[in-house]
Amino acid sequence: MKLNLEKVKGFSVIFIKEERIDAHNSGELKAYILHLIEQGEVNIIVQIECVRFIDSSGLGALLSGYKHATAKSGKLALACCKQQVLSMFELTRLNRVFDIYADLNEALENET
Amino acid sequence: MCNKVIQVEVIIPTQTKYLDLIGSIGEHIAKDLEDFSGDREALAYHLNLVLTEATTNAIKHASSAMQKDTVKITIHIHDNELNIKVYDHGQGFNMETVPVPDLDQPKEGGMGLYFIRTLMDSVSYTRLDDGNVLEIIKYL
Repeated sequence: MKLNLEKVKGFSVIFIKEERIDAHNSGELKAYILHLIEQGEVNIIVQIECVRFIDSSGLGALLSGYKHATAKSGKLALACCKQQVLSMFELTRLNRVFDIYADLNEALENET
Repeated sequence: MCNKVIQVEVIIPTQTKYLDLIGSIGEHIAKDLEDFSGDREALAYHLNLVLTEATTNAIKHASSAMQKDTVKITIHIHDNELNIKVYDHGQGFNMETVPVPDLDQPKEGGMGLYFIRTLMDSVSYTRLDDGNVLEIIKYL
């Protein structure tokens, strides 16, 4: 899984650099987010601008991160979600679970 | 509606690195359909997703006894019917006992079959002599 991590305004921002999140790389993403949380980085924004496809395992990896972050009084939000990817969150009603922002600035303004 | 007959057969090793290939085939087929008046981009995503989920499922249920196990995927379009079959050599499962996910209590797993059932028109899982086949039909 290609990704970058930046610390911005107290948030760990994960920039996903893959077009697809599926069963081939979602396990790696899940483990990466959980590792961050275990290190105390519980306020996370996942920037998914590059992602044009996500499957059930990708949604599961993000949900896992969300649950673990909130269990430690943190948060996990999403930024830059393409319409087709957003439709997967809507189909599963996960758009009610995650805060999903149009861009990173909006995410940082609303979450900080 | 009168699409030309399209028949695709792909056999892959039971490795998730091939999901991109399988999903992309579905996406390309949707984008190249000659007579389709619906939302082509949505259909492309849905075929990508359904093929990805079905193939993932087949890889998960692959026979552990066969080190070089494979998954066969066929896609057949005739008239307005798009038919996908995904063959595995595993123990199989009872599709009727797979619960519908509670979307108000989201869990990490169990969404794959939900996507297939929700986005396609017909889904069945049948035991064969040497494995199983998941058959998915979408009317275009």
